[in-house]
Amino acid sequence: MSQDLAPRPVSSWLERQRSLLDFTLASLSRRTGKNLSLLAVYALVVFALASVLLLTESLRAEARAVLAGAPDVVVQRLSAGRHDLTPADRVEPLAAIRGVRGAVGRRWGYYFGRGSQANFTVMVPERFWGAEGEVVVGEGVARVRAAAPGAEFPLRGADGHYLHLTVREVIPATTASVTSDLVLLSDAAFGRLFGQPADRFTDVALTVPNAKEVATVAEKVTRLFPDARPITRQELTRTYEAVFDWRSGLTVVILSAAVLAFALVAWDKAAGLSAEERREIGILKAIGWETSDVLTVKLWEGAVVSLTAFGLGWLAAYGHLFLGGAPLFEPVLRGWSTLSPARRLVPAAGGLEVLTLFILTVVPYTVATVVPAWRAATTDPDAVMRS
Amino acid sequence: MSYIQLTDVRRVFHQGRPDELTAVDGVSLAIERGAITVLRGPSGSGKTSLLALIGGMARPTSGRIHLDGRELTSLPERFLTEVRRRTFGFVFQQFNLVRGLSALENVMLPAYPLGGSRAALVKHATALLESLGLGHRVRARADWLSGGEAQRVAIARALVNRPAVVIADEPTANLDSKLSQEFMRIAADLKSGGTTLVIASHDPLVHDAPVVDRTVAMRDGRLDGEGAARSRGSAA
Amino acid sequence: MRRSDAFLLVLGLLALLLELAWVDAAERRAGPEGAAVRAAKLAMVRRLGLTDLCLFTEARYTRHPSQADRFAPFQDHPQALEHFPSGSLMAPPPLPELPADPAPSAP
Repeated sequence: MSQDLAPRPVSSWLERQRSLLDFTLASLSRRTGKNLSLLAVYALVVFALASVLLLTESLRAEARAVLAGAPDVVVQRLSAGRHDLTPADRVEPLAAIRGVRGAVGRRWGYYFGRGSQANFTVMVPERFWGAEGEVVVGEGVARVRAAAPGAEFPLRGADGHYLHLTVREVIPATTASVTSDLVLLSDAAFGRLFGQPADRFTDVALTVPNAKEVATVAEKVTRLFPDARPITRQELTRTYEAVFDWRSGLTVVILSAAVLAFALVAWDKAAGLSAEERREIGILKAIGWETSDVLTVKLWEGAVVSLTAFGLGWLAAYGHLFLGGAPLFEPVLRGWSTLSPARRLVPAAGGLEVLTLFILTVVPYTVATVVPAWRAATTDPDAVMRS
Repeated sequence: MSYIQLTDVRRVFHQGRPDELTAVDGVSLAIERGAITVLRGPSGSGKTSLLALIGGMARPTSGRIHLDGRELTSLPERFLTEVRRRTFGFVFQQFNLVRGLSALENVMLPAYPLGGSRAALVKHATALLESLGLGHRVRARADWLSGGEAQRVAIARALVNRPAVVIADEPTANLDSKLSQEFMRIAADLKSGGTTLVIASHDPLVHDAPVVDRTVAMRDGRLDGEGAARSRGSAA
Repeated sequence: MRRSDAFLLVLGLLALLLELAWVDAAERRAGPEGAAVRAAKLAMVRRLGLTDLCLFTEARYTRHPSQADRFAPFQDHPQALEHFPSGSLMAPPPLPELPADPAPSAP
């Protein structure tokens, strides 16, 4: 009889797991409809959460990479708490600050096309390469106005008269994520369009070669001009780190909905076993299964659903966002604007998100499947004989 | 000492509570190896509880149980389950097959946690079913089996781990005479192969069958003096 | 086929696809095409002196969140609720580190 109690080798452990898994799958397929819909809901929750995670990480990574080329400091002027134009005679004093290599006045603003109902960002680049009557437009603008090189591009000026401009070129869609809604034109055209005085800039961009001096420079700017508001590049990147922060409105809604859906799914499990399930466990105990065997089956039950749902949800999220162009999110991302940049998202690094989501979904669900079965699993087998 | 020895065994349910019930009240019994022992008695006499105790499915409230000289009552849970798994096979009154599984899978079920070779298990289980005349129903779902087929599947399941003892609780309660006699024929086969059988039954077809070595009468949780030692045959 | 084998096959397939997605992500991010696109964007940002990604074009403060003042979202009314969908997607930019107010001078 001592050979009954000999320890089991690894290969038999594997075989045991496979057999118990066989039983688990047979057990699950007894109520295929219910379990499939459970799987679907679970996968959908993972899809939603994974999509938010992937999207936010992708945008943050994009911002980090791309805005490294942004101006070191942008100096605005505030008047009565609102943004106001900067006088041109501030440029030199700003350039003279120690640590500042150069200061350039910027001219840019917004144009709302009543015909197209679209918002454009109109800008005078430091060195505009077109003629006075020409514009260079982003791909989104070209789409909305059906503009191609050589086409007419009228803009309604502040005085009510139309500026007749011609499209010189369309910025390729490669850089759409930063240029999609741009309308670049000459300084003179900007002045005629918005009617702003020639000695006023929208703001001033400073070049500060030594990154460690930026904070000091910003402080000096405010001391020099108390109504100035310097915006450092560090603040720029911090803004984008906060994009889709989980506390922001819509993300909270999605997360709450996902958590709720998940809780419902887990509740169904945690509410306890049905009479049928308890009977089945009783039979298993009666024919010689140990408590650990029964719990292993329950563990597999949780794992089967969790792993499948997780895999499907995550793959769907990835495919939807990066291979399919995120059509489901387009209405949300577009909002009320008629101009939506051509989106080609790039996935960010990080298995950390996958791991976090895995721990947050698989573990609770598996626990919710195993724990309620504990009582039944530890019941004496003779209860079955007496029933 | 006999193969299975019960010494002054008691089983009390809900002890100390208002609904306290003494199912087995001081039973001492010796089961001989290779013999067919039948427990007779009306329902409520404690036959089922006694079977559960003999087969290691429950622990007695007091008293001792020895199996082949080894004491079971003081074994820790894990060891008891292990011994039970390898020594005893149970045939329940309701058969208790798992719905949704095939006949073959039901038969193999007790061996799943043991982690042995799958192929060997399939072969053995199929052979068992074939020996019971169910070779053609191996893949049939348990819910679709007839009463007699289900009973034979239950017997095959009890035999899959090659147990030394088969315990059956009212095996013929839901069967007609023909199938009842069929059951006793299978029991005789098992006996001639060296298996010990302990059967609880109030069916005369069972306890009056010639192949039975000994019948034990039970009433109100105790052995009834009358007919207690009506031994027969060559059992020692 | 055994049920467990079928399931393990499905799981293996999912794992394989996830692995492929991982590789695809790395390729898009760091592969030659990905790097070229990122370099082009960086060059454009430098050339034009841009400060923001073009994510949402419906409101000023969501088009250029880094340049927006705190007044902009509430321009209609101090208690006005957010009416642009993108406003609820973007959190307001963090307040910059302002120099402390000077201590009041002795009378």
